[in-house]
Amino acid sequence: MSHTPISSTRKPLVIGDKSYGDVTQDVLRPIEARPTKGWFVCLMVAATCLVFGAATVWYQIATGIGTWGLNKTVGWAWDITNFVFWVGIGHAGTLISAILLLFRQKWRTSINRAAEAMTIFAVICAAIFPVIHMGRPWLAFWVFPYPNTRGPLWVNFRSPLLWDVFAISTYFTISLVFWFIGLIPDLATMRDHSSSAFKRKLCGVFSLGWNGSARTWARYETLCLILAGLATPLVVSVHSIVSMDFATAVIPGWHATLFPPYFVAGAVFSGFAMVLTLMILTRKVMKLDSYITDGHLQMMCKVLQLTGLMVALAYSTEFFMAWYSGNAYERFVFINRATGPFAWAFWTMVTCNVVLPQLLWIKRLRLNVLFLLGMSIVVNIGMWFERFVIITTSIHRDYLPSSWADYAPTWVEKATFLGTFGLFFTCFLLFLRFLPMIAISEVKGVLHYGKAHGKEVTHG
Amino acid sequence: MVRSVTYASFSDEKALLHAAKELRGQGISLIDAFTPFPVHGLDEVLGETRSRLPIVCFVAASIGCLVSMWFQIWTSAQDWPINVGGKPFASIPAFIPVTFEVTVLLGGLVSVAAFFFRSRLYPGKTAATPNRNVTSDGFWIAVEHQAAKVDAADLSCILQELGASHIQHEEQEV
Repeated sequence: MSHTPISSTRKPLVIGDKSYGDVTQDVLRPIEARPTKGWFVCLMVAATCLVFGAATVWYQIATGIGTWGLNKTVGWAWDITNFVFWVGIGHAGTLISAILLLFRQKWRTSINRAAEAMTIFAVICAAIFPVIHMGRPWLAFWVFPYPNTRGPLWVNFRSPLLWDVFAISTYFTISLVFWFIGLIPDLATMRDHSSSAFKRKLCGVFSLGWNGSARTWARYETLCLILAGLATPLVVSVHSIVSMDFATAVIPGWHATLFPPYFVAGAVFSGFAMVLTLMILTRKVMKLDSYITDGHLQMMCKVLQLTGLMVALAYSTEFFMAWYSGNAYERFVFINRATGPFAWAFWTMVTCNVVLPQLLWIKRLRLNVLFLLGMSIVVNIGMWFERFVIITTSIHRDYLPSSWADYAPTWVEKATFLGTFGLFFTCFLLFLRFLPMIAISEVKGVLHYGKAHGKEVTHG
Repeated sequence: MVRSVTYASFSDEKALLHAAKELRGQGISLIDAFTPFPVHGLDEVLGETRSRLPIVCFVAASIGCLVSMWFQIWTSAQDWPINVGGKPFASIPAFIPVTFEVTVLLGGLVSVAAFFFRSRLYPGKTAATPNRNVTSDGFWIAVEHQAAKVDAADLSCILQELGASHIQHEEQEV
């Protein structure tokens, strides 16, 4: 976004001979038109899951979290697995909007809006689990250090769980603000081109009187660079801190210095898988193939493949270190992980995250959109199992065999997880319906990228 | 005071930038330009200096950093010291993550607030645009002909020669 994006050696980012007006029309069309039947059906399914999940949350809070399958040995299982799963998915959006902005990857412009929306919804889904796990969610505000009548008794700043509170709330706030800043020029476009007076009024309020002034644009670009610069280390910090929830504990299988980079790679891996799933589906449904092209999918594939290999390297390093440490407990955890009662989960993880993604090396398969859709879902499943394997296999059999235990989720845990999918997709479908899912002003800036007549623009 | 402003639209960003440079070459300075996306080089032609937002961000982030570190030391070592696993009361390394998060949070939020303040953007503001196509495919410049020391008719001629497709005059209260 920050430089005149011209290259005659690269492929165009937007297919077809589109004018600036066409971009406005194409992106606003799905918002202006009446919603399709398919959209309503999807929303109904998502909303049903959401309502079911919300009722389950009410039930487990009213009854207590004894409704979960946890026991004295396995104190964390599905809840924290789901938490880490959703936070991980939430990493792709800000990575795309911040890190790829700093690296001047122009292809981000077609997908960053939707990916950032996905981030925000995923972080909301993630936050639900630790809040319920507190047992008394109406006292959730106790996690913040504020002057209170209990002393004041301050929070324990040495605890990674508290670092998590700060990391996730900062990440959510900055992501939301970054997303809104990106939306302002597009809200102004909606304000000026909507056929409904109510929409014009509403977008008028939220676009803050944006008038496309060149002076404002210059400052706007500086602001975007600042936010990208701040968000880049933030993306890395969030999952590093999440990993410290485990790594600072003295549980074999958790206590590893490898965890922060391992978790960050895993988060990007799962996040890009989710972006790929959503983009393949929405570009088809909303007929935006000329903006989210096969080229975009290929770029996301490359990130997926790279981070997948990093995750594979982390798995093997963990096993090597367990053997090399010479620590009997550490060795046992990893042998138990691959051969014990949860071996099926471990091998599902290896199959989904390490074995199957190697098919992406084959170009013919990589160019097949249906194959990519399937692969992205496989990776999502694999990454959910990764978190489950790390958490459950490490704690269900630790130092004292007399306290070994088994774990199986109850229907309450399953329904809550389903409910978060309902929440995620309800939010995402509403986003597709009411906001431009492609950053209109940013795509206009790269419209001539890789096209012959674009060369002349460089003299600016 | 009333000022009369001339708006002229151009077909694309190339024509706009060319016209803006030509006008400046003739000693006619622009009030502003309006485009659907950032056009690079336009800020220089407008005489826009480097934004001071990075300084605002640096100051805010530094305050966030210092205050959060101080606050953690004060609560953990001064106000109510609690022995947690024999760790030192002022466990500086353990305070780094929260310090970092608060640094980023304050730096980001204050920068955004400063941007809104400086650009005078607020909810409910009426957008002052020459035409509503500015947010889609319109490229406009605004010139004040009294300040440019040419009369309105001459200015229109110059703009037309530069390829302006629409020219409109407006009297504005300042």
